[in-house]
Amino acid sequence: MNYLISFLIGGLLCIPAQILLDKTKLTNARILTLYVVVGVILGGIGVYKPIADFASTGATIPLTGFGYTLSKGVKEAVESEGFIGIIKGGLIATSTGISFTLFVALLTSLFCKSHTK
Amino acid sequence: MTNKQYQEYATKRSETSPCIINCIKAFITGGLICMIGEAFKQLYLYLNIDSDTSLLFASLSIILLTAISTGLGFFDKIARFGKGGALVPISGFANAITSEAIESKSEGLITGVATKMFTIAGPVIIYGITASIIYGLFYYIFIM
Repeated sequence: MNYLISFLIGGLLCIPAQILLDKTKLTNARILTLYVVVGVILGGIGVYKPIADFASTGATIPLTGFGYTLSKGVKEAVESEGFIGIIKGGLIATSTGISFTLFVALLTSLFCKSHTK
Repeated sequence: MTNKQYQEYATKRSETSPCIINCIKAFITGGLICMIGEAFKQLYLYLNIDSDTSLLFASLSIILLTAISTGLGFFDKIARFGKGGALVPISGFANAITSEAIESKSEGLITGVATKMFTIAGPVIIYGITASIIYGLFYYIFIM
């Protein structure tokens, strides 16, 4: 059941991006940015939490989940540390993902050659 | 119907159907990637890791898998098939960074790899943080 929900929600979240790719000239970077910002907004107004609780990986693995984590981090940091949390919270909550991605990308680039040519 | 009108009609029709097929492909690809993530999460839960950390580890596992398959040139094939479906999950983010890093290797490790890594990661992180700070301000002023 968990797998099915994850599949359905994760899949559904990909469809708007595909429509944007086909119908507009938005580049990948813009769509990713859009998804993260939308995730922050949805997380901020409290819409994304029920989705994330319901769909688990189906909602946290898409990039809206990254935005949701940012907003969640800020919210928790503001609650526990006050004003400084506004600045601190976002990156602290997402630090694992960002650091790991950058580290792994660097490692991979050391060991692999370009496949485009 | 004039020739020109017909041509417009024809191009319109031929544009719609690829979009629907692409959407189905994106749905399947994105769904499968999330499902693999779910499998990882269940594995970590099984290993007695608490549920928040398992979720995080699941994302990290997808990032690692994406980086490896990008390095081996395999992820390109998934991306060509799934397009939006490969882009939206964290795999799109990881793939964008990794492929930029690999392709700019010839320009050196500092000014090539390290700089180019941020061509896609940069906007995502910067606007994500900006949005979260704005949200934090609102939350601090109006709710706290």
